[in-house]
Amino acid sequence: MSGDGVIAVFTHDVAPELARTLDLGGYAWKGVSSVDEASEAEPADGWSGAIVEIDDDSEPAWAFCRSLRQHDDGSTRIMLLVPGGRLGELELRDDLYDDFCLSPFHPSELEARLRHLMWASGSAPVLRADLVEYGELVLNLETYQATIAKRPLDLTYMEYELLKFLAQNPGKVFTREILLSRVWGYEYYGGARTVDVHIRRLRAKLGEEYAGLIATVRSVGYRFGQSRWGS
Amino acid sequence: MLDQHRDYVLRTVEERGVRLVRLWFTDVLGNLKSFAISPAELENALEDGMTFDGSSIDGFSRIQEADVLAIPDPDTFELIPWSEPGAAEARVFCDIHHLDGSPFDGDPRQVLRRHVRAAHDEGYTFYLAPDVEFFYFEQPGPGERPQPLDEGGFFDLTTNDAAGDLRKQTIRKLEQMSIPVEYSFHEDAPSQQEIDLRHTDALTMADSVMTFRLVVKEVAASQGVHATFMPKPLEGVQGSGMHLHMSLFRGDENAFYDGDDPHQLSPVAKSFMAGLLRHAAEITAVTNQTVNSYKRLVPGFEAPVHISWARNNRSGLIRVPIAKKANPIATRIEYRSPDAVCNPYLAFSVLLAAGMKGIHEGYELPEEAEDNLFEMDEAALRKLGITQLPQSLSDALRTMEESELVREALGEHIFEWFLRNKRREWWAYKEHVSQFEIDRYLRSM
Repeated sequence: MSGDGVIAVFTHDVAPELARTLDLGGYAWKGVSSVDEASEAEPADGWSGAIVEIDDDSEPAWAFCRSLRQHDDGSTRIMLLVPGGRLGELELRDDLYDDFCLSPFHPSELEARLRHLMWASGSAPVLRADLVEYGELVLNLETYQATIAKRPLDLTYMEYELLKFLAQNPGKVFTREILLSRVWGYEYYGGARTVDVHIRRLRAKLGEEYAGLIATVRSVGYRFGQSRWGS
Repeated sequence: MLDQHRDYVLRTVEERGVRLVRLWFTDVLGNLKSFAISPAELENALEDGMTFDGSSIDGFSRIQEADVLAIPDPDTFELIPWSEPGAAEARVFCDIHHLDGSPFDGDPRQVLRRHVRAAHDEGYTFYLAPDVEFFYFEQPGPGERPQPLDEGGFFDLTTNDAAGDLRKQTIRKLEQMSIPVEYSFHEDAPSQQEIDLRHTDALTMADSVMTFRLVVKEVAASQGVHATFMPKPLEGVQGSGMHLHMSLFRGDENAFYDGDDPHQLSPVAKSFMAGLLRHAAEITAVTNQTVNSYKRLVPGFEAPVHISWARNNRSGLIRVPIAKKANPIATRIEYRSPDAVCNPYLAFSVLLAAGMKGIHEGYELPEEAEDNLFEMDEAALRKLGITQLPQSLSDALRTMEESELVREALGEHIFEWFLRNKRREWWAYKEHVSQFEIDRYLRSM
C-alpha cells in the first residue's frame, strides 16, 4: 500500500532509524505523540496503518490502539514496536494489534513485516466478529447493544466494556488488576475496587436468573460463565 | 474524551430510540439542575459542550461573566427507567467549564474532582457508602404539618407497611440506574425509611446521591406520597441523617486496615480520623447546611452531638464498626453527623480534605470515648477534652468562616457565596416568631 495513504507513527520521538526505514520503504507517514494529536492530524480518509511504540509509559499507546479499533471498522492495521521486557503487556490485548516487531528492531525485518501487513490490509477481507454470544447473552459490538434472553440491557459504557471483555473470555479467571488494566485501560481514579462495584451493578442488571453468569472466585477475582473444568 | 465513549452514547441513543437527553448538574446548595436537549444536539454537546447562562443558577456566575459551558461526562450516560414507554429519555451528568475550557470554580462536581484527583496523585482512592434516611408523608398542603403513612417501628414487617412497596420499587429503579443497594428497612420513627448504598468511589457516589434523592421522590410522587430528606420533620422522634462509611484504598489494598493493630486500624486510618475530628466543627456548615439540620443534632435521638470517636458507641461523631471476620476490605469508619440535604460533592470534598490534612500533618488520634457522652456533664467532658459540634447554623457558619481548610477545599468562589447565602437563611429564621414563643410567652408575659 506504499504511496497510498498515510501511516501514523505513535511515539514520543521518531527515531532516525525508524524514519529511514519508512522513507526507504516508500511510506508516507506522520509522527504523533498523543491521542489528541493523532486525531487532529488524521487524514480525511483515515490512517492507512499505524506503528505504535510501546515504552515505559505505554497507556497512551494502548489508548491510541483502542481508539483506532473503535472509530473505524477496525481495518487500520496496527504494528507494535515492543521491547523484549514488555512483551507481557501483549497478553489479552490480541484485539488491539495485528503484528509486532521487537525493538530495537532490525530495519529489514520491520520493512518485511510492514510490507506483508499492508499487503494484507489492501487485499484480504477484514475478519471481524460483530456478535459475542454466550447462552442467552448477546452483545452486538457494532451497535454496542447487549441483550439477555432478548431483553435489552441498559448499561453504562464501562459496564458494557466489562461485560464484553468477560464474555469474550469465558471460563477464564481474572484478577481485579487485570480487569482494571485491560478494561479501563488508563489510570482510572476509581481504583481497583471499581471492578467490584461494576460487577455488582452488572449482576443487578442481568437480573437474578442470570447474575450467576459472573462468578466470584474467592481471593482471586472473577470468572464469566462455566470454568473450563466444568465446576 | 475518548472516541469510544462518545460513540457508545450516540449509538445507544440511536438504537434505543432516545427522544430526549437530560443534562444534569448541581448548584452550590446541592439542588439538581437539568436541561433537556434533542438527540440531534447531543453529538455537538459531547464534543464542545452546551453554553448556558450561569447567572440564572444560584451560586454560579456573577452577571458580567454569565455564560458557562456544560460538558457531559459520557461515563454517566444512562437511560431513565421512569420515562414514558416509547419515548425513552436519558440523563448524563455534566462538568461546568468557563468558555475558555478551564474548570468553572462554582461547579461543586469540579471541586470534588479536584480533591479526588489530588488523593489519587498520592495513590489513594476515597470510597464512601452512605446510609440515607428519609420519611414518607401524605402529600402536605402549604403550611400543613407532616402526616406519617404508618406508625411502624424499626424493622417492622406488617401489613400496614404501605411504605414497603414504595421502598421495593425504589430499589428496583436504583439498581436500574447503576446504584446498588446494600440494605433497606423501616427505621425507628413512624414512616421513616433507611436505604444503605454499597460503597463506591467518591465522585460516582456523589452522582449517585443526586440520582438517589430524585428516584426516591419520583417513585413516591407516582403513588401520591411525599418523600422528604428534611433532617428533623417531626419533633420528639429521631431525624433523618446520612451516615457516611468511609475508607481509603491503595490499589486493591484497604489503607485503613492493619491486622496487627488491636483496633485493626492503620496509622493512615488514625490520622484520617484525627483530621476529621480536629476539623469537624469547621466543616459542619457544609455537611449540615440548613437551620433544621441542627434540630437533629441533639441528645437522645442517635444523632451525634460531641466530637469524639468510639468502636461501638453511637453517641460519638465517628464510629468504627467492627468488621465481620476481620475482613480487611470492610474496615472503615462511619461519620455520623451529615444529613441528606447536604450538597454531596461539597460534603465529600471537605471530609476528604480534613482527613487528608490529618494524614499529611500526622495528627494524633485522641483517646476513644467509650462512655455514653449524653450522660456526662460539661466538666467531665472538658476533662476528656471533648467538645461539641456547632449548635446552630449560625455557630457553624462562624466556625467555617475562620477555617483556612474549608476556604481552600471549596475554593474562594463557593466559600464566599455559601457563607453569604446561608447567613441570609439564618437571619430569615432569626426574625421568625415561632409557635414555641407564642405558646410560652404570650399569655404569661
